[in-house]
Amino acid sequence: MFEQMAKKPVAWIIGKGPESEIVLSSRIRFARNIADFKFPPSADTDTRDKIIEFVKASFDSSGLIDDGNFYLSTEINPLDRSFLVERHLISPEFMKDGTGRGVFIDNSESLSIMINEEDHIRLQVISSGLSMTECWEKAHEIDSKLSQKINYAYDDKFGHLTSCPTNVGTGLRASILIHLPGLVLTREIENVISRIAKVGLIVRGFYGEGTDVLGNLFQISNQTTLGRSEEEIIDSLAKVTQQIIEYELNSQETLMQDAADEIEDKVWRSYGILKHARVLNSGEVMNLLSALRLGVSLKLIDKVSLQQINELLIITQPAHLQKYYEREMDNNERDIVRAGLVRERLNQE
Amino acid sequence: MLCQDCNNREANIHLTQIINNEKVVLNLCKECAEKRGFHSPFEQMPFPLAEIVSGMVGPSKIKKKGKKSKDDKPDKKCSNCGLTFSEFGHVGRLGCAQCYSTFRPELTDLLRRIHGSADHRGHVAESPTEDLKEFREGKRLRDELKKAIEDEDFEMAAELRDRIRELSVKEKEEKS
Repeated sequence: MFEQMAKKPVAWIIGKGPESEIVLSSRIRFARNIADFKFPPSADTDTRDKIIEFVKASFDSSGLIDDGNFYLSTEINPLDRSFLVERHLISPEFMKDGTGRGVFIDNSESLSIMINEEDHIRLQVISSGLSMTECWEKAHEIDSKLSQKINYAYDDKFGHLTSCPTNVGTGLRASILIHLPGLVLTREIENVISRIAKVGLIVRGFYGEGTDVLGNLFQISNQTTLGRSEEEIIDSLAKVTQQIIEYELNSQETLMQDAADEIEDKVWRSYGILKHARVLNSGEVMNLLSALRLGVSLKLIDKVSLQQINELLIITQPAHLQKYYEREMDNNERDIVRAGLVRERLNQE
Repeated sequence: MLCQDCNNREANIHLTQIINNEKVVLNLCKECAEKRGFHSPFEQMPFPLAEIVSGMVGPSKIKKKGKKSKDDKPDKKCSNCGLTFSEFGHVGRLGCAQCYSTFRPELTDLLRRIHGSADHRGHVAESPTEDLKEFREGKRLRDELKKAIEDEDFEMAAELRDRIRELSVKEKEEKS
């Protein structure tokens, strides 16, 4: 399963779209439930199966699902589940429990609909670059079509009702995946994070201390879903993102003014290691690719494209490596194979 | 430095994790870092929503089993799924749509604390029956009109009044 997908570049990370030098991808997610069924966490197996049948039938009659595939979670083995998580097509939560769940994935991989995760329906649209409005329009269109077939659990005061009260109202989570090496290197990132928190947004992701940076990748999303319209939520995230992009560019400029030699050295040194290393763990690869990505943004290096780097960020993940080489591997073997794959890709100039 | 999870192997992964916008520094060995799910940077960080919700509901509202005090009210229970409010306080997840009616006053308070509001201002859900959709839209507009008048935002109030009028004209036309 998913062998073809594993050989194909991830559509949402092609390095195209507005601000794609800094924003890798944009994502819209809706949480929806069906009025007459218990929420998945308290539904028994029979009910969960009925929900899957019901939602699938609604897909079919709405003509939404011509161009993709539906998978039952029981059909997807653990490796394939990790693979889909790395590709952002299912959530880590969906992966945990193997029964009574299903997912529809369209052929372009921009749309996925999980059934019986925490809510009956979790609809996600994802695309490359800062493209929130595009994602929203597509998700809204599908949501509207589904709502003509399915009687959503909806309350006139509260809006969409969800299993967890943090998703009530619009059920909307808008998020962006953003690369902020300049802010991390200038140690401005904590200031920026605390400022973001003050405007009702939340930052997720992780990074190491000082030079021990892991990818400099952050996810920023709205924290609240109730009391504001969908457009307002998206608009506020897009505006803050623009602001963060500006901060990041300023930091990059500062770095080039104060430490151009060091930055240039870091970029080329990373390129050298990636091109020649024989063993690479996933954390190290993330850091090196991040430095290389910074080099491309600053036009210090033109030997690789953003798309190549973005793709490497995904295909060097543990499950992707194993799918790519069509065999299971332990940690040590993966580190060797990972280095080999990176060398192969970077030597294809 | 030793790994803070196993206290055995050398910590060679130093992570700064952001939970609820707070910085948490972790010093872990490779094995323990993977156990915590740090092998994939695209995985979402665990976000302890249940804990937050339980924290917000507060111990004063969650009765301990077997303990009774004078001001204890009976624990509310959803007649559809059987979830009690104190159980909700523990798991942070509701059982079904009806829970929102059963625990309406408590949830109104809780939603206000989480979101700063308990009133949906987004798109009105379409529904398989058009009548219901129009009824919902009309109700939402009337609520907004009430609020606009309270806020003395008369420009907004005039606009809302016009939209309510349009909607009722449409309803009449459809009925005739």
